[in-house]
Amino acid sequence: MATTISVDYDDIPGTTIFDGRRAMEGYALNKMCYSFNSLENREAYRRDEDAYCDIFHINRQQRLALKNRNVAQLIAAGGNIYYLAKWAGIFGLTVQQLGAQQRGMTEEAFKEMLLRAGDE
Amino acid sequence: MARIIGGIATSHVPAIGKAIALGIQQQPYWKPFFDGFRNVHEWLDQERPDVAVVIYNDHGLNFFLDKMPTFAVGAAAEYRNADEGWGLPVSSPFTGYPAMSWHVIESLVHDEFDITTCQEMFVDHAFVVPMKLLWPDGRAIPAIPIAVNTVQFPLPTPARCFKLGKAIGRAIESFDKDHRVVIIGSGGMSHQLDGERAGFINKKFDVACLDQIVNDAAALLDMSVAELVLNAGVQGVELLNWLVMRGAMTGSVSEIHRNYHVPISNTAAAVMILENKTVRKEGLQCL
Repeated sequence: MATTISVDYDDIPGTTIFDGRRAMEGYALNKMCYSFNSLENREAYRRDEDAYCDIFHINRQQRLALKNRNVAQLIAAGGNIYYLAKWAGIFGLTVQQLGAQQRGMTEEAFKEMLLRAGDE
Repeated sequence: MARIIGGIATSHVPAIGKAIALGIQQQPYWKPFFDGFRNVHEWLDQERPDVAVVIYNDHGLNFFLDKMPTFAVGAAAEYRNADEGWGLPVSSPFTGYPAMSWHVIESLVHDEFDITTCQEMFVDHAFVVPMKLLWPDGRAIPAIPIAVNTVQFPLPTPARCFKLGKAIGRAIESFDKDHRVVIIGSGGMSHQLDGERAGFINKKFDVACLDQIVNDAAALLDMSVAELVLNAGVQGVELLNWLVMRGAMTGSVSEIHRNYHVPISNTAAAVMILENKTVRKEGLQCL
């Protein structure tokens, strides 16, 4: 390792790094979301969210964030975006809709911002 | 002996897989991206590689946080794709090459890379989308998937990934069969899905990276992972896969083709073909 680390993870604006601390905090939540690779499990969640959350011992903060369909709150509760995307898939939410939600923009404005990113 | 005839790096956004499944490659949104693959198909027709080594990152199909390898090498006869949870059609399986996988594994461990070996390994869109982009007729060549952790930090550094690539290069070129190997780096370029910075794209950084991968890869290796996240976005760290690919090639490479297009979904998308300069020369001498 020749270089000194000049940027700390906490210095990166608008970004939560999924490190060991968050991996521990969000383990159950992410494990539940990982189970949504299976259609059968997605349907079980759709049928009864609370019962499905019980199986994975999802805590109160995480349950509230799930009910709110709020990705920022889920990330704050230890969620990882790759597993959360599988959960979002249950409701047909796209990564662009998730991006817009986290940024506090409409989906149209978010897409417009992406289209303009190539102009600079 | 096996020979690396070239490297191809390409984005693997799931939406690309959906566009392929829907057959909408020529719609205005998609055309500038897919047209960038015409040269790739010509190059593959001309160079006829017979094995692909694919450097990619799993997004929670095969690996979960219970066991998360930093580097994992496939050693299966067949690699299956499966439901990822958000509606991408499941691809038919891909053919592996266990004899060569085990040679690569032997060589990497001998070279002090303590990789995880996988005799069963589901491959997700990061493997499937590049294979479908490169071989749209479905006749993909046998492949060896090598996964790099980009999910749970700490991630391997750019320098470490480049060194892994060098070791993979040595492994391939010491395999006792006259194969023509293409090494594929999957992912990128700049993008971020999570946080208030979701939608982050950094064209200036991407274009500089594309130049440096060709002419001055060493300049990218001083970067820390945090700097990479700052510049490329959280998911832009997939540049690590490109650096493994670049490491497997010789010191000096020729750029055969490049296409950079913004945006595909939330991502700055690119494809690039590199050839080893030395191989090129040897080839010409043979003629």
